[in-house]
Amino acid sequence: MKLWQAFRLALKSILGSKMRSFLTMLGVIIGVAAVIVLVSLVNGFSSDMSSSFESMGTNLIQVSVFGRGGNTVVRPAALMDFGEERRDVLAGVSPSVTVNGVTAKVGNNNLTTTVYGGSESFHHIRNFEVERGGFFNYIQVEARRKVCVLGSYTAATLFPLENPIGQDIRLNGNKYTVVGVLAAKDGGEESSADDMIVAPYTAVTPLSQQGGVSSYVFSAADKDSVDAAMAAIEDFLAGYFADSDSYRVFNQANLLENINELTGTLTLVLVGIAAISLLVGGIGIMNIMLVSVTERTKEIGVRKSLGAKRRDIRLQFLIEAATVSALGGLIGIAVGAGGSVLIGNMMELSAVVSPNAVLIAFSVSVAIGVVFGYFPAAAASKLNPIDALRYE
Amino acid sequence: MLIVFDNVSKIYKIGDGEVRAADGISFSAARGEFIAIIGQSGSGKSTCMNIIGALDTPTSGKYYLDGQDVSALSDDKLAAIRNRTIGFVFQQYNLIAKLNVAENVELPLLYSGMARAERQERVGAALAKVGLSDRGRHMPNQLSGGQQQRVSIARALVVNPSIILADEPTGALDSQTGKEVLSLLRQLNSEGNTIILITHDTEIAAAAQRHIRLQDGRVIADEQRGGTAA
Ligand SMILES: Nc1ncnc2c1ncn2[C@@H]1O[C@H](COP(=O)(O)OP(=O)(O)OP(=O)(O)O)[C@@H](O)[C@H]1O
Ligand SMILES: [Mg+2]
Repeated sequence: MKLWQAFRLALKSILGSKMRSFLTMLGVIIGVAAVIVLVSLVNGFSSDMSSSFESMGTNLIQVSVFGRGGNTVVRPAALMDFGEERRDVLAGVSPSVTVNGVTAKVGNNNLTTTVYGGSESFHHIRNFEVERGGFFNYIQVEARRKVCVLGSYTAATLFPLENPIGQDIRLNGNKYTVVGVLAAKDGGEESSADDMIVAPYTAVTPLSQQGGVSSYVFSAADKDSVDAAMAAIEDFLAGYFADSDSYRVFNQANLLENINELTGTLTLVLVGIAAISLLVGGIGIMNIMLVSVTERTKEIGVRKSLGAKRRDIRLQFLIEAATVSALGGLIGIAVGAGGSVLIGNMMELSAVVSPNAVLIAFSVSVAIGVVFGYFPAAAASKLNPIDALRYE
Repeated sequence: MLIVFDNVSKIYKIGDGEVRAADGISFSAARGEFIAIIGQSGSGKSTCMNIIGALDTPTSGKYYLDGQDVSALSDDKLAAIRNRTIGFVFQQYNLIAKLNVAENVELPLLYSGMARAERQERVGAALAKVGLSDRGRHMPNQLSGGQQQRVSIARALVVNPSIILADEPTGALDSQTGKEVLSLLRQLNSEGNTIILITHDTEIAAAAQRHIRLQDGRVIADEQRGGTAA
């Protein structure tokens, strides 16, 4: 018997009992949909992560100093001097003070944002582009002048109409003068990388309430000197601290690698769980196929009396199992793709339905039908025609 | 000779004892005969029919079908022989409920791998022969018992078999419809088909020209008759 006819017969018998077929497929539908949703979301998450890290610059090296009074051991000036000395591997250095939850106010407009304290080269190191006005300079940093540069979202929110340059704003009640506005980097939305303000690190002390500088950002001279630069920084800090746990030097690329590793493991675990539900789906198919073989014993006997060979009977049941399972796979893909987009929207992730995941999910569901259908199909094909014909 | 049974026995072992369902049966049949195998319940009729129909093989003895020894073939070889040379007509029709009439009749041709155009032609001819040309698209449960049995006869005919084997073909029908089915079988015989009819009912057996009577797995009579119209 030709494959196509066997397939047509299989479809007929599936459509002949829709409810049962649907329930049979359910395990596969859930398994496939789960795989697709999970893979899509993790994909989306890691591509969002990568792009936000890349926007920060891959040459960026961050240094954190822990423990009590980190800056009493190593002063910002010492690190800045070190940066100057190692021009061969370092393009720039700046303290990096982060103050969250600062209230910025201009007239009746106000918002809560993050203020970064840095040196005059902070914007080069962090890849910020100044759109209007300028960045603050060395003299303003040294003189602890209360000036600031606004992120594009902050500028648009505080100064919806007028030009912010030269205007005063109040940060937690302290008056700062706006000297520049940055170009939008991350869509210019709330909570994005554009929702921030930069000020001289010497001038953010009133906001942070803790005088010290415990983080620095460096930029490596180029991408290839990142590792050499990190080694040089480690060496330098080792001269100050007895304990290497007192500081940490890390790079965006390292972080990204770590995150990718983490999401990779996460994907494996999640897909593993989904694979178990596919396995359960396969067992469901085997169960129903065994019932179906028993129910159709007489039919098998009749087919054998008409000249069906073992192979014909086996093929019929195998194709039936594979068709049920593949159909379940297709429905699962549709549900999974729809679900990915929906959940992605809800979680503000760009869910990426990967064609590979779809392809693999489909092949796996066909394979499940064949593997779990084989035992019932073989059992059917070996029935003795006389006994089968006598079966009621 | 189309069928040669040479000392065929079928022995079932049950516990320590054994049942000789067929016990040294010998007979032969020529192409074009209409034979009734008769006997009481348990006499071995179905056992003989299963062997003749290549559904089963004898425990001992030889069975030659069209000159070929069929006594010890594999499952699949037997299936091929059934497909090409045997047409079964069962007491309970045994149509496949989810296939329509034409698809049921087509089934043996699918298993022989025949091309579509020829299949359709043959199905049409077989249905015409049993007078059901207009019922091809009906489902089996939309037909009367007599019509279903005619479909099953069409399904038996469609491969142009060497033998049509009918096991109590009228058993589930009222006497009028039973007579119609018998006269259809006689007509097919007059067109040259070899027919073996299995029955316990001598009245029905009267349709055949030759009666082989079984008792306890043995042939106790083998006689030529006129073969009266039922
Ligand atoms: N699979 C089997 N195992 C054991 N004994 C069997 C088997 N099949 C048939 N027999 C026995 O063989 C004998 C002949 O059975 P068979 O079915 O050929 O009778 P029959 O003439 O067709 O009877 P009926 O008219 O009731 O159909 C019976 O005694 C039966 O019990
Ligand atoms: Mg019987």
